[in-house]
Amino acid sequence: MVLTLILGLFDQFFSPYFLGVPLLAIAIAAPWVLFPKPSNRVINGRSLVAQNSFVLNFAKQILLPLNVGAHKWALLLTVLMVNLITLNLLGLLPYTFTPTTQLPLNMGFAIPLWLATVVIGLRNQPTIALGHLLPEGTPAPLIPVLIIIETISLFVRPFALGVRLTANLAAGHLLIQLLSSATLFLIDQMWPVAILTGLVMALLTLLELAVAAIQAYVFVLLLSLYLQENT
Amino acid sequence: MADRAVPVVEKRLMEVKLGEIGTWVGGRDFTPNGMISSVRKGYERYLNKYIHVKKGGIGGLSMVLAGYVVLSYVWSFDHIKHDRMRKYH
Repeated sequence: MVLTLILGLFDQFFSPYFLGVPLLAIAIAAPWVLFPKPSNRVINGRSLVAQNSFVLNFAKQILLPLNVGAHKWALLLTVLMVNLITLNLLGLLPYTFTPTTQLPLNMGFAIPLWLATVVIGLRNQPTIALGHLLPEGTPAPLIPVLIIIETISLFVRPFALGVRLTANLAAGHLLIQLLSSATLFLIDQMWPVAILTGLVMALLTLLELAVAAIQAYVFVLLLSLYLQENT
Repeated sequence: MADRAVPVVEKRLMEVKLGEIGTWVGGRDFTPNGMISSVRKGYERYLNKYIHVKKGGIGGLSMVLAGYVVLSYVWSFDHIKHDRMRKYH
């Protein structure tokens, strides 16, 4: 008897096409549509006030530890945060496609920005940037090993940034799909267990909402930390 | 009945009679600028009606998200239809 394992679990991560038209562009451009630019009225409506206050508070918060040279990055970091959090949260709606589950997109965010922080550091203050490779207070015998380790950790950063975001979101989506198909299946067979799985699913959805927001924040936060080291 | 006759093409969509729809669509501005401007005008009409209001509620955003969900379902139907209630997936 031949056992066929059909991996239909990863179907949700395939790039969507409709009649040959790639829909990825629409999924990626969705945050642009959802955030209208501030109107030129004196008193704005509720949603605009909420949007503005979120963006301004976030910008203030993220720029707090950065010194003046890094304030040029304010717009970029804020836009990145808003974009990532919207993409993540939109992916939790049914039938939608989450572009941030695709590794190339996240690497496209991570690698250029990380490289920019490194190059800025090496260009403006090369001694200090290289000095980051050896933390203060290391015992003398450990120095060669530690430099190698710190260099490796420096080069792993973009991969860590990208893969962290991808893995968190993809794992969450996968769990949701598995739990929901388990619940649907169990309703026929043993419905008390289906109630249990449904409960786990509800909790997981709450977790996913949190993860979506948190992961976006962590991405931007780490990037700002790398920037802080290098300016 | 005392108003002057307005050419069909310039009427707003809600005032076009059913029989005149063909003429109306044919007379619209299909240049790229025209299409982009009509999309932008529609976007701003939606914004001004539902979002840039003093006490805009959750409905303004929810309608957009619901439309997005429905559209995504339509787009992914061809892929999903293989998962219908069947014994062997």
